[in-house]
Amino acid sequence: MEVALAIVIGALYAAGLYMMLRRSMVKLIAGLVLLGYASNLLIFVVSRLTRASPPLVPEGAHSVAEPFADPVPQALILTAIVIGFGLQAFALVLVRRAFQAVNSDDLDQVTASDRPDLQA
Amino acid sequence: MLPILIPFLMAILSIINWGNRVLHRFLALAGSVGLLFAALALLTTVSEQGILSSNTGDWPAPFGIVLVADLPGAIMVLMAAIVGLAVLVYSTASLDEARERFGYYPLILILLMGMCGAFLTGDLFNLYVWFEIMLIASFALLALGGSRAQLEGSVKYFALNLLVSAFFLTGIGFLYGMTGSLNMAALAQALRAAGPEQPVTTVAIFFMIAFGIKAAMFPLYFWLPASYHTPPVAVSAIFAGLLTKVGVYAMIRMFTLLFVQDTAWTHGLLLVGAALTMLSGVLGAVARREIRRILSFNIISHIGYIVLGLALYRPLALAGAWLYLIHHVIVMATLFLVSGIVQRVGGSFRLARLGGLYQRHPGLALLFLLPALALSGVPPLSGFWPKLVLLQAMLQDGLWLLAAIALLVSLLTLFSMMRIWVGAFWSQAPAGVVTPAPMASVERRMLYGPVLALLALTIAISVFSGPAFELTQRAAEQLLNPQQYIVAVLGESP
Repeated sequence: MEVALAIVIGALYAAGLYMMLRRSMVKLIAGLVLLGYASNLLIFVVSRLTRASPPLVPEGAHSVAEPFADPVPQALILTAIVIGFGLQAFALVLVRRAFQAVNSDDLDQVTASDRPDLQA
Repeated sequence: MLPILIPFLMAILSIINWGNRVLHRFLALAGSVGLLFAALALLTTVSEQGILSSNTGDWPAPFGIVLVADLPGAIMVLMAAIVGLAVLVYSTASLDEARERFGYYPLILILLMGMCGAFLTGDLFNLYVWFEIMLIASFALLALGGSRAQLEGSVKYFALNLLVSAFFLTGIGFLYGMTGSLNMAALAQALRAAGPEQPVTTVAIFFMIAFGIKAAMFPLYFWLPASYHTPPVAVSAIFAGLLTKVGVYAMIRMFTLLFVQDTAWTHGLLLVGAALTMLSGVLGAVARREIRRILSFNIISHIGYIVLGLALYRPLALAGAWLYLIHHVIVMATLFLVSGIVQRVGGSFRLARLGGLYQRHPGLALLFLLPALALSGVPPLSGFWPKLVLLQAMLQDGLWLLAAIALLVSLLTLFSMMRIWVGAFWSQAPAGVVTPAPMASVERRMLYGPVLALLALTIAISVFSGPAFELTQRAAEQLLNPQQYIVAVLGESP
């Protein structure tokens, strides 16, 4: 399972970076989303996968029995997903506004901030 | 905890009273004054009693999230409070009504909260969360207003910073997988005990890239000159003064507390990066003809000096770097605020359209000249002392070439600043320039007041550079002896 997930994560990183290197703004956002997924899955896998043994202390016992699933990475991923969701929503709005301002999806046209004649 | 809670509370109150400009102004000013006092109290306590640590939610470290205040962190919180207050006062006079209505003040407060959190946290994942809080506030501040240049700058800034987050998160994941902890003190212990078979240095590179982009180091700085000159001056000033410094701070924290296994390689890489950052930044500054772009490139070149202090990795150099950090935060904020006044009285940021301001505003010319000279490191102003210390550290290590580069960069900085001076103040005003309406006395007070206060602070640092250097020396000592930090957080001597 770990091996399969490792390959998936590698593919996600590669796809995300490839999308970021394209010239389209929408693909840039898609690439960032993929990168986010890749790092979330990575956190999940590096803390080792444990099936069907939640970290719950049974009644009468004082600690959980090994092996149990580590709850910390799951909490981390949940936080990262929520933050990522907020940022992606902002990204979509930003790209839409930028598209309206530039009138193009091509990142090579996004040069006004380097051209003083278009500024005050 | 107070430095985080005060801006948070004021931001919440502002959001509840959305659209009420006067109340927003009042709350923001009250919040930043409160923050200033809390930061001063924190710094004096830390400097008297040593490192403070507080377990949030009463979960004992290393399980819960800890907030740790040591000298380097407390100094940075104070810097954030000072620049925050100055920028807020300045923005009451310089911002347009639409921005003020659309939540400018709560955003600045949230930005300040994120910074204080990042300076004080003792937990790696918590640091990530504070970074994201800071980021989302800075994205919104950068895009607020929605001109074409601003939106384009925001897209670049945004894409690069999300990439940073992905790298940072990946690094955190690997560290957790290796050590099973996220508490920085526990991590420091575990990484020091880690054997050579563990890929610690590989993980360190993830963090180096992430914070290198944030701090605008060579070759990852190109987002900065593409975005920092686009928003209103007050926003530029707080970004220039503080935002990149958070990246530098995190970098110094990581590479003194956690990643010291293979200093010859990691810190050697940082050394090369710092030298190239200084050179390429200052060459960019020399090539520009617009005030805020020249200043943006100068931020980059001077980030190089600070990272250099880290890369040398010895008490003297780190103390110099920390003094440089303090000086640079204040001077950069001052210069950006002055550039705003220049634009207000001269009508433009472009040197070709400015001129003759010395005749009309000799006071303003002086206000520009002093921080400009301080930035270039002309004695006896505040930039000279940390440069002297850093040079001394370089020469002790026998790094002659590096010392030569540092001196050359100072000279070129002076050259680029003098170009602004000549273009905006000294030369004849170009024909056909319309002079904007003169300022009302309230506006003048709100614009000049913060600049004068920051300038007074620069001069104070220049005059009292001895005590300031002693303070940063103690800060550097705390950074280089993580044992103190570990004991303060985990509460036992291992």
